[in-house]
Amino acid sequence: MEFETVIGLEVHAQLKTDSKIFCGCSTEFGAPPNTHTCPVCLGLPGSLPVLNKRVVEFALKMGVATGSEINRVNQFARKNYFYPDLPKGYQTSQFDKPIIEHGSVAIDVEGEKKTIGITRMHMEEDAGKLIHDEREPLSYVDLNRTGTPLLEIVSEPDLRSPQEASAYLKKIHAILRYLDICDGNMQEGSFRCDANISLRPVGEKTLGTRTELKNMNSFRNVQAALEYEVRRQRDLLLEGEDVVQETLLWNPDTGKTESMRGKEDAHDYRYFPCPDLVPVEISDEWLEQVRAGLPELPDQRRDRFINEFGLPEYDATILTDSRELADYFEAAQVECNQPKKVSNWMMTELLRELKGGSIEECRVKPEQLGGLLAMVEGGTISGKIAKTVFETMLETGQSPELIVKEKNLLQVSDESELLEIVQSIIADNPGQAEEFKNGKTKLLGYFVGQLMQRTKGKANPKLANKLFNQELNK
Amino acid sequence: MKITKQEVEHVAHLARLSLSADELEMMTGQLDIILSYVEKLEALDTSGIEPTTHAFSVSNAFRDDHVQKSLDRDEALKMGPKTNDESFIVPRVI
Repeated sequence: MEFETVIGLEVHAQLKTDSKIFCGCSTEFGAPPNTHTCPVCLGLPGSLPVLNKRVVEFALKMGVATGSEINRVNQFARKNYFYPDLPKGYQTSQFDKPIIEHGSVAIDVEGEKKTIGITRMHMEEDAGKLIHDEREPLSYVDLNRTGTPLLEIVSEPDLRSPQEASAYLKKIHAILRYLDICDGNMQEGSFRCDANISLRPVGEKTLGTRTELKNMNSFRNVQAALEYEVRRQRDLLLEGEDVVQETLLWNPDTGKTESMRGKEDAHDYRYFPCPDLVPVEISDEWLEQVRAGLPELPDQRRDRFINEFGLPEYDATILTDSRELADYFEAAQVECNQPKKVSNWMMTELLRELKGGSIEECRVKPEQLGGLLAMVEGGTISGKIAKTVFETMLETGQSPELIVKEKNLLQVSDESELLEIVQSIIADNPGQAEEFKNGKTKLLGYFVGQLMQRTKGKANPKLANKLFNQELNK
Repeated sequence: MKITKQEVEHVAHLARLSLSADELEMMTGQLDIILSYVEKLEALDTSGIEPTTHAFSVSNAFRDDHVQKSLDRDEALKMGPKTNDESFIVPRVI
């Protein structure tokens, strides 16, 4: 039997504000435990939360960027549950009146384009952090994170494969980064993702029983966990067994999803409007202001890279996937005015060297890469030498000009200088010279190779070809 | 009866309250009286009336995104039932 996979994703994006959502405590990551708390985020009786205006602005940006409907009047609700990571006994969230509904993003999986619906986005507070003692039956509570603003982004169950889920997640991540409203760091937990996944026989309209996956703290883990879960559910269904509706944790070490086994009660959140927080009203002016201040977004930038720089769609898509990569490209390209060459270098040499790391940590600055390519284009160095120079740039962070000068790598374009060597090579290889004259023109490569060897790769290749053709045909 | 003992037990469990048999009896009786009282509202026709979520018609009470000084950690921790010098300590929850 053939099955169709149905996936919906829930993203929690920490919004990049300086202070918390309802109080003035800092949102700084990594501070010593419990040094960023106050009566509001500790949930002390009698304290009163006041909404951080920037949280609303950031949510509006994301709403506008995804073509969503903005609920002009929206409000907060209390989601009641008892757990030590939230000392109030409830999480302040939004329920029946979220700030944003009905948006979408476009994804592209191996050339196939698709629109993925966004059900809703709402503002809420993050919970604290628990660390469980290894030996004693104790948990340690750090409330620094309590009250950090989150935007929860819920997709429609429109995703049909782990690849689509990954593409959607990357697009949401890119938009948040372009808007600069979330730092997107999955390891530090400022961009988190849970997934709902179920299978149904192809053609079936009703959804199958779903499981919820948690603890996937990288793009790779999200895709791996979903792929595992597709196989697990398919095996169960094929053997005539039932999928149990439950929450599963992804274990990256074993590469399996594991049941949380009875660790959760049936949810009974008893939501009700939060009496401490007055409704939020979005005026036309406010919305217009947000719309006007919106930066260029990934899809627009990709299209511009195609139109303005003549890049293939493939290149443009990869380069605009991340804002930093796209910024790097533009800064390098402006130095040498050779978009396709910059793109090639970035997508091969540069990305290979980064090994998945951040481009901002790369020692080669974009102006330097652009400068290097300008030197090749201007004939100062050969393309082959450029690769050697680039390696030194990666190691030392020095400018290409300095490296070329210090290592004496300037391309030899002086005709008389090269001619002398060309003539001596021909004299040393009379047999090959004869064969060339008799029509074995492929030997040109051999001669040029000899020249490159003698000049340590510095000979201008165009000039080398010309000189050998001229001398060998004499 | 507007509320059953089972419902009261359930709500008590969600709030991690443990009630003795006597307390359960008493709470169920008291909650029943409260619910009966509130039920009087149902006599009114409220169709077409927006639910009232706040007593005042105020909206958009905001603060600017400025960091303010937090409590000293000692000050915060001393309100907890049990602490070490940096964290609150609770019975293991997982």
